Order: sequence, then structure tokens, then C-alpha cells
Amino acid sequence: MSGAVLRAEDVTMRFGGLTALSKFNIELRPKELVGLIGPNGAGKTTAFNALSGVYAPTEGSVILGGVRVNGLRPHQVCALGIARTFQNIRLFKNLSALDNVRIACHARGHGPLWEPLLGTSGHEVREGRMEATARELLEVMGLGDLADAQAKNLPYGLQRRLEIARALGAEPKVLCLDEPAAGMNATETAALMSLIHDIRDRFGVAVLLIEHDMKLVMGISERLIVLDHGVTISSGKPEDVRKDPKVIEAYLGVEDGHKALDSEAA
Amino acid sequence: MRALRSLAPFLLGAPVFWLVQCYAPPTLAIVLLMAGVNVILAVSLNMVNGFTGQFSLGHAGFMAIGAYTTAKITLALGDPAGGVPPWLWSNGVFLLALLAGMGLSALMGLMVGVPSLRLRGDYLAIVTLGFNEIIRVLIENVRWLGGATGISGVPPYTTLVWVGLAALATVVTAQRLLCSTHGRAMLSVREDEVAAEAMGVDTVGYKVRAFALSAAFAGLGGGLLGHYILLVTPKSFTFVKSIEVVVMVVLGGMGSISGATLAAVLLTGALELMRGLDQYRMVMYSLLLVVLMLARPTGLFGTREIWEFWGAKKKKAAA
Repeated sequence: MSGAVLRAEDVTMRFGGLTALSKFNIELRPKELVGLIGPNGAGKTTAFNALSGVYAPTEGSVILGGVRVNGLRPHQVCALGIARTFQNIRLFKNLSALDNVRIACHARGHGPLWEPLLGTSGHEVREGRMEATARELLEVMGLGDLADAQAKNLPYGLQRRLEIARALGAEPKVLCLDEPAAGMNATETAALMSLIHDIRDRFGVAVLLIEHDMKLVMGISERLIVLDHGVTISSGKPEDVRKDPKVIEAYLGVEDGHKALDSEAA
Repeated sequence: MRALRSLAPFLLGAPVFWLVQCYAPPTLAIVLLMAGVNVILAVSLNMVNGFTGQFSLGHAGFMAIGAYTTAKITLALGDPAGGVPPWLWSNGVFLLALLAGMGLSALMGLMVGVPSLRLRGDYLAIVTLGFNEIIRVLIENVRWLGGATGISGVPPYTTLVWVGLAALATVVTAQRLLCSTHGRAMLSVREDEVAAEAMGVDTVGYKVRAFALSAAFAGLGGGLLGHYILLVTPKSFTFVKSIEVVVMVVLGGMGSISGATLAAVLLTGALELMRGLDQYRMVMYSLLLVVLMLARPTGLFGTREIWEFWGAKKKKAAA
């Protein structure tokens, strides 16, 4: 389909003899919320890294907004409209929350290097614009009062939120969230999931969400892709995927799979 | 109005430096001058080691390029021509020569930076150290540059006003850079390169830019130093000089501009005060460094600036 913002065609990642991801296909339409699930070690993060340019795919191609991004450096891929968070939080720890977000605004908001050195008016206008954007994003993510706090001093749940705010600062068309709810309790997770839903509506981004807890993504994803051992074993609407015997097997083993999943959903 | 504001530090600084130059006792003037040159070196190295978190050990190499370029030009254009008054001619030529030295240094910074900045940490340190030695050995073997004896008879153009303004220019540049989006991009490289890259920061590009800018000011420092000691020799630019500058940056706190400035002034002053100790001077100097690093392992100010401590104190007092 031509309307896709992000398309991966038969992306394969091999590390030496290990195939971490094999023939991964995805097509993300604008404003779509897609969940990428699978047990630990299924290749979800590898898929993310291949999409965001951290790895160059061994085979296949990644197309972002009509441009083939294979082999581009991550910052170039980011400029084409993809931004991500990390499974193990990677904030700029010693900088303030505001600076964390402003750095993401840099790529689209900066002027020539000599401008700030000479103190021109263009530079001040740009700085003002970036700061306004960053403060608004912090506000949306519920970090409005903590703009000056050092990132490393924020509580864990807020660090996760700050990472999302930072990713949004890059003005992406596709937002990739790598286990954003990891380490959160049930209430925090529920709040975060509804927030992700709101973000999608408010900023009009397509969201690709990695999660290994199936129950979580079921609620908000419009479509699911299930990976196991690097292979896509199922994809489609959440209710269909849930009933897919292959998925149940991957998650729960063969015996009693159905019962466990049904009771969990109930 | 805006031009006035961006030039304000220099318009205010120039008369102050001029007064100091006129009325300071000669010994104090010498210390101040050396301190000024060291401020230039420390603050400029801080752009690489402090802002982007890369470890460069080649600062003296860039100083050498600046010093030799500047000296060659001022020697070639020594005599006033076309009825220009001598003071105007000499200062004009000096400015031109310093700018050329900065330019050539920056160019060398780019040339070293582009291939080697894909390396990290210790590996980059070794490459920059190697570059430093290459420059020195190259100069020693080029007769046009005076070989091992260097260039003597360099005109005494460096004054306290020159050094003061140059130091001010370095600090103002570093400060304006740090407060801008470009400076923050450099800091993000120091904090987390993978995340910075994923957020759209051209990490290699910013490392190279920091390197070139830092090299330019190192060249400025080298040029000023050469026209003060009136002699430019390869011996002044060994890696020991590079390490001296690294010590100032580490002592001041990586990334802190005021820290690097203060450390440069303190160390210059301390060395001068210990002159009476004769052969024990360097022992005391080393001891001072050890004690300071034990007392403040992250440097005098850490990554913060001096005024941030003022703010913290005020907040505490208010609470």
C-alpha cells in the first residue's frame, strides 16, 4: 500500500551464524497503533534496531516515508521521521528534563553554528521556539513542573515518560516504544497505556509498541505482530491473534494454553 | 543594538585590560599574561574533553600549528609599508596572523578529527597523542621552520590587552556555545552517544566541530605565547604541554567553563608562587594536584558552573 509511513520488506538480521530476525514484514499506516509482541528473546528489539538504523539489515529493506533507509546512520533515519525509546532507559542523565527534550528538537530546529557565537536574533527566535515545543511536550507527559530536574533524579516511571517526551521532540511520523511499561506497577501501566493512546490522537503519529506482556497491548493495539525466535508467527487483529494456536504455544507451551490465556483475558 | 550586546564583553573588557597593562607591576603582569594564555588553552580543550566527552591529548600540536603560522606571518610582514603608522601596522599584522593561525589549526583539527573521531576513549587519546608527536617531529625536520632550534627573533607583539581579549573571546565563545542548541547537542554526545544519534544528533559531525573549534583556539593560544616568549621551538609543544592543559581541565571539572578558567589561573599562580622552592617546585606542584583531586574527585566544580553553586546556596538559605 502506498499510504504506509513505514514499511519493512523481508528484513533479516544475522549476527554470525545466528539469525535474530528472519523475513520481518511490517506496514504501518499513519496514526496506526500496532503492537509487536513475543516472548523474551523473540527478536523484538532487534526489529526495532533494524527499523531505526542502529543496525543495517542483512537482507531486505526498510522504507520510511517512501525513502529506503538501509545503511543510513541513525540520525539520518530519525530525520526521515522515526523516533524511539529504549528498553533500558537511555536518557541524558546529567542534563535537565528540559534539555533532554530540547536535544531531540535540535535536528529540526537548529540554525548555523556561528549564529549563537555571534548572538544573532535568528538564534534567539529558534531557541525560543525549541524551548516552547519542549515545555509543551513535558506538560503533555505530566512533567511540566520538573523541567529543571536532572534526568537521573527523576523517579523511574517519570524517566520512562521523559523518554517518550524526548522521542516526540524529534517530531516523528512513527514513534517506536520499546517496553515503555517495563518495571511499572499495574496502575502506572494503565495510565501510561491510555496516555500512549492520547499521544497518538494528539500528535497524529503511528505508534509501534513492543511489549512482552500480551494482556497490556491487547487493549490498545489495533493490530498485533507476534514474533518468536525471530520469525513472525502471527499477525492481525488482537482478538484473532489471541486465539491463534501458534501464539498460545509460543507464550504458554502446548498444554492448557487456551485456558490460561482466556482466564487472563477475563 | 544587538551588535552592541554581542560585543559588550569586549567593549567592557578592553579598558580594564588596558588599565591593568598600564598599572600592574611587571611580575604580576607576567603571571597574568601566562594565566590568560592558559585560560585560552584550558577552556578550548574543555570544548572537546568536557562538552563532547572525547579525550584529546593533542592540544599542544594545535598550539604548535598556531604558533608557527603566526610567527611566520608576522616575521614576513615585519616592516610597515605604505606610510601606515607602526603601532597600527604591527597590531593589524598580528591580528591577521593570529586569525590565519586559528584557521590553519582548525583545518588540521578537521583533518585529524574526521578519520579518528570514530574511535572512542583511550583509542582516541592515543591517536591525538600520536598526532601531537607527528607535528612536533615534522617541525623538527623542516629547515624552513627552523628545525629543532625553532624560530627566534619573533616580534614582541603580545600584550596583556591582546591576551585578555583573546581569553575573553575564548570564554565567551565557549559559554555561548554551551547555552545554545549546538552546545546541548555536544553534551548529548558526552551523555549517551547511542541515544543522541537516535534523537537525530549527528554525533560524528558534532565531535568534528568541537575538535575544529577547540583546535582554532589552541592555535590562538600558541600564537600569543610565541609572540610573548619571542621564540617558537618544537620543545614548547611536546605532549607534556598537552597533559598540562588536560590537568587544568580535569582539575576545573570536565565541562565547566568557569572551572577550567579558575583552574588555569590557580595553577599558573601556584607555579609562580612556588618559584622560591627551586628543585622542589615540581614536587610540590604534583602534591598539590594529588591533594586537590583527592579532595574533589570530579574537579573543582564537577560539570557545573560557579554561579550554579551560588544559586544552590541561596536556595538553601531561603529554605
